[in-house]
Amino acid sequence: MAGGAVDWSNSDKAERFKALALPHLDAVYTLARYLTRSGSDADDAVQECYLRAFRHFDSFRGGSVKPWLMAILRNACHDVYAGNARLVYTAESEDIGTKQANPIWREDSETPEQAMLRRQDSETMRRLIGELPAEFREAIVLREINDLSYRDIATVIEAPIGTVMSRLARARAMLRDAWIAEEGRSEPQ
Amino acid sequence: MNCDEASVLLHALIDGELDAGHAREVEAHIAACPNCAAQLREFTEFRKKLTPASLRYAAPTSLRSTIEGKLPAPRATVASRRSVIKGFAFGATASAIAASGVLVMVMRTDNDHLILGEVVSAHLRSLQAQHLTDVVSTDQHTVKPWFNGRLDVAPPVVDLTAQGFTLLGGRLDYVDAKPVAAIVYRRRVHIINLFCAPAQNLAKRSAVMETLNGFNVRRWSENGINLWAVSDINADELTEFGEKFEAALRQ
Repeated sequence: MAGGAVDWSNSDKAERFKALALPHLDAVYTLARYLTRSGSDADDAVQECYLRAFRHFDSFRGGSVKPWLMAILRNACHDVYAGNARLVYTAESEDIGTKQANPIWREDSETPEQAMLRRQDSETMRRLIGELPAEFREAIVLREINDLSYRDIATVIEAPIGTVMSRLARARAMLRDAWIAEEGRSEPQ
Repeated sequence: MNCDEASVLLHALIDGELDAGHAREVEAHIAACPNCAAQLREFTEFRKKLTPASLRYAAPTSLRSTIEGKLPAPRATVASRRSVIKGFAFGATASAIAASGVLVMVMRTDNDHLILGEVVSAHLRSLQAQHLTDVVSTDQHTVKPWFNGRLDVAPPVVDLTAQGFTLLGGRLDYVDAKPVAAIVYRRRVHIINLFCAPAQNLAKRSAVMETLNGFNVRRWSENGINLWAVSDINADELTEFGEKFEAALRQ
């Protein structure tokens, strides 16, 4: 299990695994953040994912590592939080504002107002994606943020490509509607 | 095709996931249906707000070190040269690239490095100048003969559409001041330029993956031809492309 010591014997294997799997850490973490909607839960799920992936590394038959890791992460999220309402819906305030603050020396033609609006836009978008039902949320994250092909998404969510297509179409429509509703709310009076 | 089908398929069209036949069908429907045309415009516009860079999360460094701590430590305390190259080849993080870039530059001959810069420049030029193809065809039997008489090499052209890489066409380009064949493929919204130039000899050189300015380059030699595949797709997918290309040639 995660946290426990594991009897690793082959350090070459570990090196190979690290070279292949660690470059995808941010992408895996991003999916975990959106699925669990919590920083600490995402940490746990990603750790569990990498330990499982290493344990099953012998059965990895080449091809693309990224979707393989995404599939394991998704299962890790489901298993770790099975029956836990947190996976499905937890509203948690996020420290995006401070994390993304730009250094004052940043070279940019953007005015501070524009920069603020852009940050607000991405905060809003993150929140709206987070509010989508899980199956649509994961479709959006896998496609739009983690840049997986339909075929890879189909592998990750264990569904036919047709399902990927219709889910993504639906997810985009939901997200766009939510965005438009949000804009309506924030229009100046 | 009716509007229900088109409303789903137009997303696959936006994503560049349709084969040529289906893409034409959807485009034909959209051309005749103002409603679906408006949908396509709206979603294309809306997707611009979904900028991955601002929606991504960076894994905390503590998480990275926890994971690394739980994996067995390498036998030697210093990373071997091999592992540095591997980390490089598989599209490691920016810092790993920065760290290993120096080593790789030292190991590479200057000439190789110049050519790496040239193929990446040629790739960029092809995208910026809107001059991606001289011959537009998804048919390998049209693209290959087009190069006859234009080059002193017969470039290998294979159709990999079934494997997820759509053949777009071919172009004459210049690398190292010599004419080369550029065969153009598409993976979703990403373009892959495959440059082919005559090699000095028939020696087979196995594939090496390199990165320059965020572009991945896979180079190898086969049957007296040097090949460079250049793209902004990730190293895994470019490796997949190279392997499928080599496999198709052997058939």
